[in-house]
Amino acid sequence: MYDQLLYGIEAAINGLMTGVMYSLVALGFVLIFKASGIFNYAQGVMALFGALTLVGIQSGQVPFAGLINAIFGTNIQNFGWELPAIAAIILTIAMMILFAWMVERYLLKHLINQEPIILFMATIGLAYFMEGVGDLMWGSDIKKIDLPIPQGINNTIDSLTYDWFGYGFYIDNLDITASVLAIILVVTLTIFSQYSSTGRALRAVADDHQAALSVGISLRSIWVIVWSIAGFIALVAGVMWGAKSGVQFSLSLITLKALPVLMLGGFTSIPGAIIGGMIIGVGEKVFEFVVSSSWFGDAMGFTMNATENWFAYVLALVFLVFRPQGLFGEKIIERV
Amino acid sequence: MLYREAGDYKKSYAEDSQTFPLKLDRWAYYALLAVAFLVVPFVINDYWASAVLIPFLIWSIASLGLNILTGYCGQVSLGTGGFMAVGAYASYKLMTSFPDLNIMIIVLLSGAITAAVGVVFGLPSLRIKGFYLAVATLAAQFFLVWLFNKVEWFYNYSASGQISSPTRSMFGFEVTGPTASASAKYLFCLVLVVGLAWVARNLTRGRIGRSWMAIRDMDIAAEIIGVNPLKTKLTAFAVSSFFVGVAGALMFAVYLGAVDVGDTFGIQKSFLVLFMIIIGGLGSILGSFIGAAFLVVMPVLLKNVMVGMLGWPSDMSSYLELVIIGFLIMLTLILEPHGVAQLWRVTKQKLRLWPFPH
Repeated sequence: MYDQLLYGIEAAINGLMTGVMYSLVALGFVLIFKASGIFNYAQGVMALFGALTLVGIQSGQVPFAGLINAIFGTNIQNFGWELPAIAAIILTIAMMILFAWMVERYLLKHLINQEPIILFMATIGLAYFMEGVGDLMWGSDIKKIDLPIPQGINNTIDSLTYDWFGYGFYIDNLDITASVLAIILVVTLTIFSQYSSTGRALRAVADDHQAALSVGISLRSIWVIVWSIAGFIALVAGVMWGAKSGVQFSLSLITLKALPVLMLGGFTSIPGAIIGGMIIGVGEKVFEFVVSSSWFGDAMGFTMNATENWFAYVLALVFLVFRPQGLFGEKIIERV
Repeated sequence: MLYREAGDYKKSYAEDSQTFPLKLDRWAYYALLAVAFLVVPFVINDYWASAVLIPFLIWSIASLGLNILTGYCGQVSLGTGGFMAVGAYASYKLMTSFPDLNIMIIVLLSGAITAAVGVVFGLPSLRIKGFYLAVATLAAQFFLVWLFNKVEWFYNYSASGQISSPTRSMFGFEVTGPTASASAKYLFCLVLVVGLAWVARNLTRGRIGRSWMAIRDMDIAAEIIGVNPLKTKLTAFAVSSFFVGVAGALMFAVYLGAVDVGDTFGIQKSFLVLFMIIIGGLGSILGSFIGAAFLVVMPVLLKNVMVGMLGWPSDMSSYLELVIIGFLIMLTLILEPHGVAQLWRVTKQKLRLWPFPH
């Protein structure tokens, strides 16, 4: 039983780390939702797109190579250069800002004053569009992130826990890096929104669009800024997830995992996104650990596995029935 | 003059409230039915049936179902794929447990079972609204697919984990199974589509449909004027799931014949049906058909043009398909949030007045 407990604790810690990775995606959601009331389904695809662009630029791929080859019958693949990581990152960030501007200019501007659900569906359309464009630009093969990110088992924790409990915990360095990055992002975002003038404008827009407009804040430029920041967060999330499991199509599906995180934490709360992510991460790992263990099988007569597929959603569903606005969300007030 | 009410005298209330008040529309509808029932089955070949017509019919049932829930009752659902899986597995269990049962009854019973499941997953809709509900329905999608993957009883402990439909016939014609002819499958689906579309049309313009729309437009106000939200939302979930379940049963038993639940009824299919009703038109029966036709025909067309005619690699056409679908959805929402059906409505209005502008 003692070693079972240790395994359980290990699973919980790993869940915590995975939860932080979910939160990275959820953060981008919260930002956009606060500033524009848009529930941005495309956040996961933005992560995929960011990671694809980074890898593509760094390895010198020719954008739209497949399409060009198909139309002109040529066979070009690569510029034949390798950019240094820092240059590639800067170019990718520029790309995400350009993307944010285009989204505002060609999509959101036309959808002002529409119902939230229409905007949500529009971002689903945007997600499909971006996914197709990303595949056309860079191809859909699984790519490897070529950045110096520490990966593999953390030896310090392994030997430390071995000394304490007689069993070394397996904690991935990548997850630790992601957690540190998430903390840095949250602290930076909080400081930015509390103390810079742009940050104050962001909060004003989040509070009340019309009041913000009336004191001379430009809604449209705020939206571009918010989408750029969300694009940057998506890039971080994409790189971390890409380092974990390769840059590929399934990356865009992490949006679906971020949704229950948001529902748990509340759509409007940055700390909520982090804590919701942790609850979901720990919950699904521990639940999976319990229901797939042999002693659960002995007690109940059956075991389950691969419950991670649905646990987060069912947890969020049950949770929402009792608290529809999430843990930290603002109370939903309906007026007729 | 064409396309006018003039000269088409209504002598009773029933005539006055018919679905197609214009003579021309009525004739067009009867002509369409006549062609679909009397001409198409004799000229249909396997390629057309399996690439275009049968998928179109099945997806139109699914999008009718989702349109009832989302378009008429305003409850966004992303669980369509999961509910289709319920229909498919229900029909499989029924077919294998009761070999003598008529296939039509099996399909309808599968719909009824799906309706029951839909009501269970619809219960949270009383507390959860808008896109919170959309996310909550994801629970149905992922849980149901997982259930059918993991619990062996559902696929009769077969080694591959797949289900495949045995041969069943109706009036002496094989409808399901590998040897069934294209026209028999087509006719079977067509009968269900016409019947269910009739049901949907008449439900949505009656008392129930009006209570759905009242809840959609403003639920608190609807409650105040005496619409029971519990009953209304759950009937919407039940009817919608019934349609979706029938579509799932047909998809499995008639169209595909063998199903692997993760591929056939995954989350992508939920989105596909949602796109059908967005492009076709939320809250419109005709829109469900237009959307289904569009999203079934477009990939076939793209593939034929790009791979067949231009000789591009096939992955290019599937990427372009994504781009085009995404683009069209954004375009539809910007230009006409009520979909193609609304354009048709406007055109009809203009036609009636033609050649005068007002």
